[in-house]
Parts: sequence; C-alpha cells; structure tokens
Amino acid sequence: MARTLLDPTSERRPAERALTPRPPSLEGRTVGLLDISKSRGDVVVDELEALLHADGVATLRYRKPTFARPAPVDLRHEIATHCEVVIEALAD
Amino acid sequence: MVGAMTTVPDGLVAVVKRDCPTCTLVEPVLRQLADAGGLTVVCQDDPAFPRDLPVVDDRELELSWRLRIETVPTLLRMADGTESGRIEGWLRSRWESFTGVTGLGEGLPEHRPGCGSRSVEWGVEDELARRYGGRLLTARRVELADLEDDVEALFDRGWTDGLPCVPPTEERVLRMLGGTRRAPDEVVAVVPPDLVECTVEKVAVNAVLAGCLPEHLPVVLAAVEAACRDEFALHGVLATTWSAGPVVVVDGPVTARLRMNSGINVLGQGNRANATIGRALQLVVRNVGGGRPGEVDRATLGHPGKLGWCFAEADDDLRPFPPLAESRGVPGSALTVFAGAGLTPFLDQASRTPESLARTLALVLRTVGHPKSALGMDALVVLGPEHGRVFREAGWDRERLLAELDPLLVLQPEEFRRGAQGIAEGMPDALADRPLPKFRPGGLLLAYAGGPAGMFSAVISGWVSGPAGSVPVTVPIEEA
Repeated sequence: MARTLLDPTSERRPAERALTPRPPSLEGRTVGLLDISKSRGDVVVDELEALLHADGVATLRYRKPTFARPAPVDLRHEIATHCEVVIEALAD
Repeated sequence: MVGAMTTVPDGLVAVVKRDCPTCTLVEPVLRQLADAGGLTVVCQDDPAFPRDLPVVDDRELELSWRLRIETVPTLLRMADGTESGRIEGWLRSRWESFTGVTGLGEGLPEHRPGCGSRSVEWGVEDELARRYGGRLLTARRVELADLEDDVEALFDRGWTDGLPCVPPTEERVLRMLGGTRRAPDEVVAVVPPDLVECTVEKVAVNAVLAGCLPEHLPVVLAAVEAACRDEFALHGVLATTWSAGPVVVVDGPVTARLRMNSGINVLGQGNRANATIGRALQLVVRNVGGGRPGEVDRATLGHPGKLGWCFAEADDDLRPFPPLAESRGVPGSALTVFAGAGLTPFLDQASRTPESLARTLALVLRTVGHPKSALGMDALVVLGPEHGRVFREAGWDRERLLAELDPLLVLQPEEFRRGAQGIAEGMPDALADRPLPKFRPGGLLLAYAGGPAGMFSAVISGWVSGPAGSVPVTVPIEEA
C-alpha cells in the first residue's frame, strides 16, 4: 500500500487533516473515558470521571486490551456510536 | 568489483544479465573482448557473471537506468564520458565491425536477439526514475499515518469529488508525466477561483486521482488550458447558481487513439477516457483552483456532468459536416470547452426532410434558459447519426443548417415581452420593440455523435453567453 502521496492541491492549506471541531460545552453530551491499559491509567480516569460527574456530565468507561496496539475496530466503533467526546488516559 | 559508481569508463562497455540466454551465450565473446584490450562488463543480476572477469555490480540498476539500457546484452562505446554508439543483442558481424575485433564467438550461432533489461521491467522503471531522476517532482509529499487507508485518506483530505480516487503516488505521477513531452514545471494555466498557477505536474497528480492513463494527459492539459482562458470565464461558470459546468468535446485522430466513445451512450458512462478526462479537469478546478461546491461553487442544482463531462465527436464517413473544432479554426486533434448546464434530449422520428427536422430542432432550442429569453445563453447541439443522415442526404452542411435555423429562432415581442403568455418572466421593455434572435451570432454550436439507431439528438444549454459570460474555447491537443 502506498504511504506517500503527492499533494494535488494548491498547497495553500496545511497538509495535516484538520481536527474535528471541539464542542463548546459538555452539557448534555456523553464523554467516553478510555483507559489504554497503562499502569495507573485507571487513577486518571477515576479522577476525571468524578470531576465530570460533579458537573453533571454522563460518562462511559472503556479499556483497550493493550496499550501496545491501536484500539480494536470494534472498540473504536462502540466509542464512536455512544459518545460525542472521548478522553484518552495515557498515564504511567 | 566496482561499488556505487554512477558512470562507466571510456571504451567498450557490455551490459548483461545472467538470466538472459543470449548473455550466457556470448560469455566467451565477452572474455575475448576483455583479452583483446579492454571491456567493462556491467551485470544486472549476478556480480559473479561472467566468470573470471571483473564485473560492475549493477543489481541496483542505477547504471542501467542512467545508460538507458532497454535490451541485454547491450554493447556500448564510451568516449570522454559520453556514449558514441551501441548495439543490442548478438549479431556476430555487427559485434565484429562495432569492436574491430574479428573471429568473435567461433561456433556460436550467427544471431540471437537479446532479452529485456531489468531496468525497464514493469514498475521498476518508475521506481528507478523516482530514485535516480533527481527531485523531478516538486509537489508536497503527504505522509499517510499507519492506520490510514490510502483511499479513505483522499476523502479525509477533501481531494475527491465524492467518488473514490486513485492515490497519487510518486510512481504513478511519474508514469503519468510520461504521457507528455512538456516539462513538469511548465505552467499550464492560472486556475480560478484562487488564481493559482497550475503546472503540468499538478495536472498529472489530478489526472492520477481521476483515473486517467498517461496517454490521456495531453487531452487533460489542453482541457485545463482551454477552460482557464479568460474568455471561458471559469470563475463565473463555477460560482454561478446556474447548473453550468465545463463540457469538453474532443475531435481528431486523438479520439480513435485513446479509444474515446463517440457512439452508443456517448454522453453516458462506461468509457474510461471520456469519464476520466472530464473528471480530471473538474478535479483540477477543485483541488488546484479551490473551487468546491458550497464554497465558491454556488449551483442551485448542478448536474451529474459536473463530475466530468467529456465526449468525442463521431469521425465516420457518414458525418453531415466537418468536426466542431475544425469549424472553429483548429483542425486535427483539438478540443472545445463549452459551459454546459445539462442535457435535453429530444426525438423526431418522422421528419425525413431537413426543413422539417430543423423546425423541431428550433422548437427545442427556443426553450434554452427560458422560452421567452433571447440572446441569453449559448447552446451546444449533439446531433445523433440518424438525424445527421437527414441533413447529410439533403446536402445541408453546418453553415446551411445554421442559416436555415436563423429565421426559425427569431422571437417576436408579443411572445417574449414580460407578461406575455400570462408569464411574468420575459425580456425587458427596453428590448421589447423589435424581434430578437434566440442566440448571439456564433452562439449555437453543432456536434455530431451517438449510436447508430434512434432518431434522437440533444441540446446542451449553456450559461450567460458572450463577452459578458462564457465564450466556448477551442485549442489543439499535443500529438503523441
């Protein structure tokens, strides 16, 4: 599979993909909390969850099988269908 | 053994590969030449071949690429670092006269053809050009992330028209550039709406995206050049709320060479050249010019041909008149761009006289834009072969047909005045005191194409015509 492509555009815009627009507020949204299975990742996620709950934000917890590999397709799909926002805990 | 040299010494040079039966056949000849006073042997696949001779290892094929070797064995003579002659394959008499050494290869057959050089194998040549050709291509390199699918990546970056595109790798773009003699850095046109200088290379990148073959590139280049001429008013064609987009009509020997469709379903799907050439032009407008729907492209409706609309005129001996491009002063391989807003097919299965058929055509042409509008838009008529036959058999050529249509296309004030026929739309009062022609002089274009059966033709309506709008442009196409 080809990994380097030639840009067909006028090159007036950056080559990187634009980030998805950030929501102005978390109110009424579901936040996915993804523990990537690094040590103490759960500590970070627990803390974030408590803070979000205090603000009345709904959360869902997810965990990658291993930090060494990309999240499985099914997991990414599940997060994408259930959450509008995701916070990934790298930790260590 | 010589390592990473990129040149060969003066004198005789033989380029061989062990995998070639002719090369192994002439192994004793190479030894004879080496003994006779100097031979450099370059081997593409085995530095131990020929045995007992010093060999330049060219398994990387750089030398073979630089020396433009197409066949092995090739025997070259180098003088002052440049080539002064070469022979290919094995022919005893030629080898003897070329080297000045007699009695070569006793007992060998007189003649054996050579084999293909490894450096010109499929895919290899492109890779060598990329590796050793210097930085020929200047377009920005875009690295894909490991998890990106290379087709999805094109959508993610906004480079497609909504259909999948072919990923423009360096190898593919280099191969595409092989379709033209023009230099990659030559500026073809300044593309609206962003008014960006567009090089041959950028056109080639978008031609790859569109799915073109290298031999299609000269037509795409001509289409870009024509569509970006000031008189075509591409910015307006793009920005208008009207449905217009460029329609490319191709004429001349190039249409047969590229196996373009000018017959059954000529304005439809199914032919690679027709589909991809038109698409490449629109991708140049999108990607280089920055003309995207919903941004500068404000079309209320658009039409399916805005994905790309290109077709060839039929070039058979039944045509009623010479090609469109020739009638516009450009004979041979050429194309015409027209700002077309969609297709109105019409039937007339009963007319057997040119007078009757011309009246049908005029009735349909009167509806272009609005039946009550005059001098507003151009039109391109695609005359089907069975309708063409009626005019041909009556001896009506292009000029005659246009002349006969003129009086049929004059609108009277009582039919076009605002409010007339109970319709508010109409020509302004200031123009309502005289008859008006439907089309400006030169605003009616006639092309000939389509399948052999069916007494059908079609009108492609235009956009704002003339100097205030878009004027069709005809340009020649570079021949192979």
